[in-house]
Amino acid sequence: MLLVITGASILLSLLSGSVELNLLQLTSELFRPQDQLIHQVLWEIRIPRTLAAFTTGGLLALSGVIMQVLLRNPLADPYILGISGGSAVGALSAILLGLSGFWLNNAAFVGALFSVFLVFGIANKFGRWSVTRILLTGVIVSAGWGAVINILLTTSSNNNVQSMLFWLMGDLSQSVIGLTHGLLLLIGLLGGLYVSRSLNVLARGELVAMSLGVNIDALRLFLYFTASVFTATAVTVAGSVGFVGLVIPHMLRLLGARDHRILLPCSILLGGSFLVIADSIARTVIAPQQLPVGVITAIIGVPSFIIILRSTITK
Amino acid sequence: MSYLKIQSLNLSVKNKILVRDLNLVISSHERWGLLGRNGAGKTTLLHSIIGIRNYNYGSIQINGKEVSNLTRSDIATRVGILFQQGLDTLPTTVFETVMLGRHPHVQSVLRDDPQDIEIALAALQDLNLNGLEERQVDTLSGGERQRLALAMLITQMPQFYLLDEPSNHLDVANQVQLLGHLQKRVSQQSASLLMATHDINLAARFCDNIVLLMKNGEYLSGRNEDILTEENLSRAYDCPVRSLRAEGFTLHYPY
Repeated sequence: MLLVITGASILLSLLSGSVELNLLQLTSELFRPQDQLIHQVLWEIRIPRTLAAFTTGGLLALSGVIMQVLLRNPLADPYILGISGGSAVGALSAILLGLSGFWLNNAAFVGALFSVFLVFGIANKFGRWSVTRILLTGVIVSAGWGAVINILLTTSSNNNVQSMLFWLMGDLSQSVIGLTHGLLLLIGLLGGLYVSRSLNVLARGELVAMSLGVNIDALRLFLYFTASVFTATAVTVAGSVGFVGLVIPHMLRLLGARDHRILLPCSILLGGSFLVIADSIARTVIAPQQLPVGVITAIIGVPSFIIILRSTITK
Repeated sequence: MSYLKIQSLNLSVKNKILVRDLNLVISSHERWGLLGRNGAGKTTLLHSIIGIRNYNYGSIQINGKEVSNLTRSDIATRVGILFQQGLDTLPTTVFETVMLGRHPHVQSVLRDDPQDIEIALAALQDLNLNGLEERQVDTLSGGERQRLALAMLITQMPQFYLLDEPSNHLDVANQVQLLGHLQKRVSQQSASLLMATHDINLAARFCDNIVLLMKNGEYLSGRNEDILTEENLSRAYDCPVRSLRAEGFTLHYPY
């Protein structure tokens, strides 16, 4: 079922855009180029962008599942550790300095990881790991980043502010995707499946997990840093796209995928497809102009989540 | 023959000594009751035995091996615990929860062994939870949740059953039935049981041995009828306790 959705969403993404294609054209142009322009559009713009959207969505949803279990808080999302704030400050500073592309991405990635270590350092300074302390520290650090972001926004020239806003809302038009991102997603899936049983136990509480033989110190460190790397990578590719990491896991849980052996792969598929669809819409509704994809994820995500929530409650 | 051996164990919380120089051996087929006032150290002792709480002085051995040297999964295959309260923040069903009891034993990363499923279903049956397999845990009543937690513990099939307030949320019929069931399990599997409780009469009925935690880190341990005397209980609880014999039971009540 989800595989069908994934396939359909990718197809939709490849077909739609400023140059509309039909199915027949797509298959012929993919393999036997006739029109040089369309061939180029497909291979150099649409396919990379679709892959970027899928990978980002998958990474965010995966990281969302992990964070929700790790912090055992249904409100946890990939950005709870201040990752989006940290990377935003990195990226915005880069924009301010007139940097783009490679350096912008690196600045975002470094900012994200800096935030992760900052939160981890502060929260663990006084000995034992505490979920509450991590959550609080994450929220406080995020607030701090928020202030810095506002300073950067208010003191920048109009021209810069435009690209900063796009970055902040999540935007795939500047995305650069490589083989490493796909590999990371695959590693994330395999690693996640490997610890999926332990995740099931950890979701029932730390005491229960310990009493059932889970080495939770090691597991928590593993989860904390893998989820952070996934999120940092996603943010680097697409800016802070909201909503996917928070809502996709909940949608799937409501639909019955509570076991992490199923939830993890499904999250990647649904998160990926969701962002692919959102991005297709983002670049077509007011074409030739583009909307930031983060806006679309919320616009289609909120109602669909509410529908699922209501239909499962009445059952 | 499995045994749990505690030697000169000291337990303290924030520099306050709860238990001093505790010596205790629990062997197969034995059922021990752990009594004492609120904050006397009952839960602390249970948590120390399963190695989720460090003890500063003394030794706890499971079948001759020091708990602090065992890995979590080593402990989990031998010792199971019923916690005082559970956490259910993320949605889950009754069957998924009871299956978690098999976690220490599972071999395959992804596949559920049919034998594990059978054990889990049998545990639900034993605790009268059959038919509720697909129910969401957060829709269960307090008593059903407590029985589910017990079903999970039974599914774990440990050699040592540690119970922290097993009678919580259970009506008298369920208390007697479930503890009777656990009693049967313990003797069938040559296991042993240590239960912390505030219900002196329940301990008197289902345990053949008692550890009674007193003030200042002192304790008494021994046969049920030697320990549960009016004098000992009154001293332990700081409150006059009287005992009454009737119809083959001894009833202890605050006076």
